[in-house]
Formats: sequence, C-alpha cells, structure tokens
Amino acid sequence: MTDLTKLTLAGALDGLEKKEFSSRELTQGFVDAIAAANPVINAYVVETPEKALDMADASDARRANGEAGKLDGAPLGIKDLYCTKGVRTTACSNILDEFTPTYESTVTQNLWDQGAVMLGKLNMDEFAMGSSNETSRFGEVANPWRRAGGDNAKLTPGGSSGGSAAAVAADLCLGATASDTGGSIRQPAAFTGTVGIKPTYGRASRYGMVAFASSLDQAGPIAKTVEDSAILLETMCSHDPKDTTSLPVETPDWRADVTKPIKGMRIGIPKEYRMDGMPDAIEGLWQQGIDWLKDQGAEIVDVSLPHTKYALPAYYIVAPAEASSNLARYDGMRYGARVAGDNLNATYEESRAAGFGAEVQRRLMIGTYVLSSGYYDAYYLRAQKVRTRILQDFRDVFEKVDALLTPATPCAAFAYGENADDPLAMYLNDIFTVTANLAGLPAIAVPAGLDGQGLPLGLQVIGKALDEAACFRVGGALERAAGFVAKPEKWW
Amino acid sequence: MSVTKEDVRKVARLSRIAVEDGRLETLAGELNGILGWIDQLNEVDVEGVEPMTSVVETVMPMRADVVTDGDKVDEILANAPKRDDGFFVVPKAVE
Repeated sequence: MTDLTKLTLAGALDGLEKKEFSSRELTQGFVDAIAAANPVINAYVVETPEKALDMADASDARRANGEAGKLDGAPLGIKDLYCTKGVRTTACSNILDEFTPTYESTVTQNLWDQGAVMLGKLNMDEFAMGSSNETSRFGEVANPWRRAGGDNAKLTPGGSSGGSAAAVAADLCLGATASDTGGSIRQPAAFTGTVGIKPTYGRASRYGMVAFASSLDQAGPIAKTVEDSAILLETMCSHDPKDTTSLPVETPDWRADVTKPIKGMRIGIPKEYRMDGMPDAIEGLWQQGIDWLKDQGAEIVDVSLPHTKYALPAYYIVAPAEASSNLARYDGMRYGARVAGDNLNATYEESRAAGFGAEVQRRLMIGTYVLSSGYYDAYYLRAQKVRTRILQDFRDVFEKVDALLTPATPCAAFAYGENADDPLAMYLNDIFTVTANLAGLPAIAVPAGLDGQGLPLGLQVIGKALDEAACFRVGGALERAAGFVAKPEKWW
Repeated sequence: MSVTKEDVRKVARLSRIAVEDGRLETLAGELNGILGWIDQLNEVDVEGVEPMTSVVETVMPMRADVVTDGDKVDEILANAPKRDDGFFVVPKAVE
C-alpha cells in the first residue's frame, strides 16, 4: 500500500469515503510514523496512540453506518495549548506540572464532533511566548527542513506553534490545531512549507485554550494545503456562549472559495512592509507573488499603512500586559506545581520562579511594569491608542482594496541559538504578522518558494474583518501559481 | 525612563516571582533594552484617539442569571497539589 501519511487531508477524507482504506489503517500509519520520528523531531509532547486507534475504530463504525462527519477518521495533532479532557495539557510550561483537564476546549470538541482522531499533543513555546520553540519545557522541535549543501544545522520550525508546523511538514498528522497571538500560526507555517491561517478575532472560541493575551489570541489550523486549512478552519470556528468575545456569526463554506478565480480582485501592496535590509529572496518572492496575482487578472494597487512600524512595539506592551494578568492564576494553590516557601507570599514567588521559564518571566515583568501605578497611561493606554491608529490604517486601505499581499516572515528558518541571546532580534520575526493580530484581521500564510539555501518561504494575505473568503481565494491562487510541492528530504 | 535594580526588585515582587539579587542587574538591562525600543511609540500622535477596546464592534452578550453548572467537587480538585476531604489545602495565610 502507498504511504497514507503522505496524503492531504482532502485526499485522505476522499479515500475514507470511497472505502479505499479504513481510519484504523490510516491512523496506524501515523502512530508508526510518530513512534519512529518523534525521538528526533520532538513535535509531540504527549502521544495518545491507544486513544487514536479507539477513535479510529469508532469512526470506521460510524462510516459503515453512514453517519460520518466532515472530518471523520482524519488523524490530527493538537497544540498543547488546547485543554483536552483526560490528556495532559501544560502549554509546555513547568508550572502546569501534570495538569490534566477535566473538560474539553470548544475548538477541539468541534473537531471530535465531526469525527476527527487525536494523535497527541504538540510542542510549542512556553505559553506561546516565543518564535522558535526553544522556550518549551520539553525542548526544541527540529524543523524537518535542513539547509541544502550538507549543512546539518538543526533549524527551528518557528514558534510558537513549532510542533504543529513540524508535525504537518514531516507527515506526522494530516493537519494540526495551532494558535496565533502575534504570528504563532503564520511564521511556523512559513518556516516549514505549510499553510497556516489565523481567522478574524472572535471567529473561533477561546474557551479551553490556555490564555496568553486575550485580546489577540486566536485559534487556527496548520495544514498541508490551502484547501486543507479551509476544511479545518470551517470546523474549528463556531459561535460559543462560553466565550464572550465569540462572534454570533455563521461560518461560511470556505472550501469553495479556494478555487474561485481572483480576476477583478484588487490586491493592495503596502509599501511599509518593504523593510531596510530585507533579504533579496524575500523581496524577489514578494514581487513574484505580485506577478502571479496580476497574471490571474487581479488589479495590483500600491497602498500605505503608515503606522506599521509601531505595531511591534505596541504589541510588546499589550501582549505582556494581558499575559501578566492572565498568568496571575498560576499560584500553585489549586493546580500546577507548588514550591513551598516560608510563608504564603514566598510560596507564590518560589512556585512562579521555578515554574516559569526565563522568557515568560521577562514578559510578565514587562507586563507588570507597564501596568504599574504611574506608568499605565504612558505605556498601556498609549499602546491601545496606537492600536486604534493601526486599525484605522487598515480600514482606510480596505476602502480601496479587497486584500493585502505581504511576505509572511522577514527571513527563512534560522538555526537554534542564532537569535537566542537577543530578545529584540527574536521579536522581529513577527514584524509582518503582528499587525493582523492588533487589528483582529484574518491572515493566511502560503508557501510560495525556496530561498538560496533550499528553505521554504511564505507569502501572507491579509483580509478584511470576517472576510477569510478573500484569504482563501487569493491563497488558493498563489498556491496554484507557485505549484509548491517541495517536501523536506527525509533524514529523521 | 530607565529601569533600576530597585525597580526590577519591585516589579518582580508585584509579579510574585522570586528573583535572586544576582539576576537583578541582567534583568534591568534586558528590560531597559525592550522598554527603550518601545519608547518609539511616543512619536505617534494619539491626540483625540480613543484607546482600542475591541477589534470587532460588538455588544457584550448577556446571559440569564441562573445556575448552569455545579456539583463537580472531584473534577475541581482533580489537579490540586494538596487536597483533603473535599477542600484545597493551602499554606497558612493568616498569622
């Protein structure tokens, strides 16, 4: 039999429907692949092979009865940030110790309700704070891609959803859940030649997701193709009364948008995304993307988003401030790790010093500082006003265009350690992605080419609020034009 | 504004994170680097601009004021570091 793990999600669902193979056979293929690859790739931090095979058998029974759901029998990986009932969930932080939820997140419940199979929990930066997956308590994830020419340096798959991206790129699941606060879906997708989409803020419920920055966090998938990402996102999104920021809107049929022609669409090219010192490969790919869209009949419009350069500094006020508030819950009292001190305060302080890693501690202190008495107006309030300016920039250009095309990242995947000593250099990874979080807009990253070292690069399409359809339409057009079929050479 | 070792000590205490004296200097340097970079926001004219509170204009939903959940003592205590007879056990909080 052909290797079923190489299938796309759409292809696998088609094969299951035609009874070419069972979910058990498909799932067993992934269980075996994970067992062989994970000691090197380290994408999974919890493997649930027995649960997966049980779910696969139940799926096969449903399909035999003609009761199959939209994702029935499809094996998926789940980022360790989603609470999964009875399966350890720690957001890859020591402070959550062996935390095992007694409830299920809405997003994962939506997947199981449509018959999906869970393979395990995926590695990530601790509390989703990082762009390289090196802040995880469970160690680094290896990017399945390596530089051409025998350089065997271990590359990052990006972050924070590094495990999700690596698992999809290495065929260790058909697709994965991820989450995006400043670029944590799109940057790892770009680093691994996969597709990642962050929907409009409020499309997907945050109930049962470990909170980082509540006004920015949003669920989304990482998948092998644009079509696969549409299939997953359709099921992940829903209106949920358990999340007050969940929007009471219908989820459209996005899969149909992927193949719609883009003729006549107006695509904006924001000049502020042309950064000094941008590598030629990124610049060239962006121009190539413009040409591809033009060739398919889109109208290219030069636009300006004047407050772009302030997005990242505003983000590094808003996100740590919200994190310092959200992570106050980890006090070692009701769940998680407790380190006994001489008194109650010392117990809090010792528990949090031992439980949080260096980057999380740094961000909590920044967040506490910018919210502290006397600084709130100068930092947090000003950042929220700058955010209004950024949103207004987008509203102005969306009067003239249907979507925006930008690079997804300022560079290709880097080797471990290359940015670790300089927090600011690491933060710059999110320079093209963070604006969509601050403005709550949908944005997709699509693999579009390889750089001079043979590493994948991605383009990003940003849409209007609630217009994921435009992201899928333009993303599909880029995917068809790029014909990106490169896969990492198997070395693991 | 420059963050001093004393500021770091204060912020660490407010964050409830124990920080050894030996790390204060390093942390002050890191925080100054990040905050110095953030200071470019002062260039933006925000006169008369409302702070953003929500990215999509929407009305906060209300639910009926009724009990919808409960009787889950075992589930609530399931992950407690210490528990006894249906209660969380925590360090003494009042001297």
